[in-house]
Amino acid sequence: MSLQSASRRRTSPERMLAYGATVLLTMFMITPLYLITIAAFSQRASVFDYPRALFPTQLSLDSVSFFLTTHGILPALERSLLVGLITVALSLLLGCPAGYAIARYPFKGRDLAQLLLLSVRMFPALVLAIPLAVTFIEWRLFDTLWGVAFLHTAMALPFTVLLSASVFVRVPGELEEAAMILGVGRLGAVLRVVLPLSVPGLAAAALFSFVLSWNEVFGALILTRQSATLPAQVVQSLSVSPLPFRFAGGFALTAPAFIFIYFMRPYLFSAFRGVVGH
Amino acid sequence: MSGEVAQAPAVPRAEIGRRPTRPRRRFPWQPYALVAPAAIFMLVFFVWPAIQALLITFQTSSGQFTLGNLQAMIRDTDFRFSLTNTLLLLALIIPTETAIALLMAVLAQTRLRGTNVFLYFWTLPLAVSDLAAGLVWLSIFTSHGYLNSVLQDLHLIRHPIGFLDYNSLGTLVGAVVIAEVWRSISIVMVVVMSGIQSIPMELQEAAAVMGATGWQRFTRVTLPLLKPSIQVALILRTTAAFQVFAMVLALAGAAYPVLAVKTEQWVYDYQNYQLAGSYAALILLLSSLGTLTYLILLRTPRQVFQR
Repeated sequence: MSLQSASRRRTSPERMLAYGATVLLTMFMITPLYLITIAAFSQRASVFDYPRALFPTQLSLDSVSFFLTTHGILPALERSLLVGLITVALSLLLGCPAGYAIARYPFKGRDLAQLLLLSVRMFPALVLAIPLAVTFIEWRLFDTLWGVAFLHTAMALPFTVLLSASVFVRVPGELEEAAMILGVGRLGAVLRVVLPLSVPGLAAAALFSFVLSWNEVFGALILTRQSATLPAQVVQSLSVSPLPFRFAGGFALTAPAFIFIYFMRPYLFSAFRGVVGH
Repeated sequence: MSGEVAQAPAVPRAEIGRRPTRPRRRFPWQPYALVAPAAIFMLVFFVWPAIQALLITFQTSSGQFTLGNLQAMIRDTDFRFSLTNTLLLLALIIPTETAIALLMAVLAQTRLRGTNVFLYFWTLPLAVSDLAAGLVWLSIFTSHGYLNSVLQDLHLIRHPIGFLDYNSLGTLVGAVVIAEVWRSISIVMVVVMSGIQSIPMELQEAAAVMGATGWQRFTRVTLPLLKPSIQVALILRTTAAFQVFAMVLALAGAAYPVLAVKTEQWVYDYQNYQLAGSYAALILLLSSLGTLTYLILLRTPRQVFQR
């Protein structure tokens, strides 16, 4: 705390500089998002205007509705949602028990498991898509939502395991033991004590998995033909689609980020600390 | 309670009832049972494909061992181009991004007013896919896009500059670098910030008391202690940078192929899984080399302060 007061006593030019840098960086981060928004909502007539207006006076839903009604886009949107939900369900179902084991049981191989999970994060997931495509053709999973969901779950599982482990660790063991002493058994203790207390952290893990799946492009593209998710669908038509389509698509793909980050931000730093292993 | 466990030391009175006794004679099957579903899933959908990725490279479509795929890849027209493109992007993006992310982490640490709001905007790109980011910056760099509009409005140019023209490689690379830095800087910043937060304040204060300036405090105290976080961030970013795909497609199309784009082309357009697998194996090899380099260069001996 003494450093805080020292900084307040510090010459204010330093703080002004810090403030200036912060504002500049924020402008750099926000401006592209603002621009894609006005690009997506510009009128059909002004789409090929040049120079483009930075502060357009008239907006319209032309481009966005053109995008949404393009053949294949709405189904792709649906598929992205479904794949995301399946990914969340699978990664939580598989990840939470493992996370609980890591949090509560000092079993042999726990450190190895954590190390393996961390190293999975450093593996390029793209490399998996090719052999999985071949395998899925054999297993009749090619071009299905489940196939894509399995890939996404494999990508999200390390996160979910480590995140849920760090969430469960923070639930005091004594609460579980108290419940068990009262006679509910370990499973009952988990269901009635641990899970309700872990809901915020697990919700963050769920959101994390969903965002990962929603944004994943390469695997979804490789593993599908007709049942593409939204990013894959947009990429398929990228080279032939008109500019308004691409702008509206860019906005549609970006807009959810505002909502995602709003809910995820409180957990971001502790999540990364848990995963990085500090 | 203490009488059941044969090998446990005598439990002092105060401890009775404090920990649940686990009968030591039985093999604790619970943790393994809990971990098993996840472990099996990862074996099937991660470990097995990872092994196959290497096998595909060295097999013909009928399963015989061959080096032919690698030879075909090296003779591919765009091979050298896509390789140098990928490496060039890496060399430009990673240092820039790391420097700016460090700056952002330090700025966030000084707790200026409104830091929460700033952090919200600084972490937004985390939820943006590389395709979306590519389209976002397309609206800026395209010839009738916002950058040219601003330059024209300021009368700095007379005709729009073709930043994304296929024969203007310099500006094309610049555009991709800027777009990719914008999209992925949040990841580096978050990792570095969580590292900074675990540096005890007392160290900074001690340095300040001994007369160190802000810069000296940063280079002598903060940076060395941030080595593990920087190492993790660099490994993550480098691995991801080798997989950059949709962003490059959105901005440059086929004019600036990178390794990931070649991989996708061979699968999607030509259904040649062997050749695509070779490119993927190359990506894996290069990522692993990068990871290894960082692990060696940035390793820290165990220090007292690291928890």
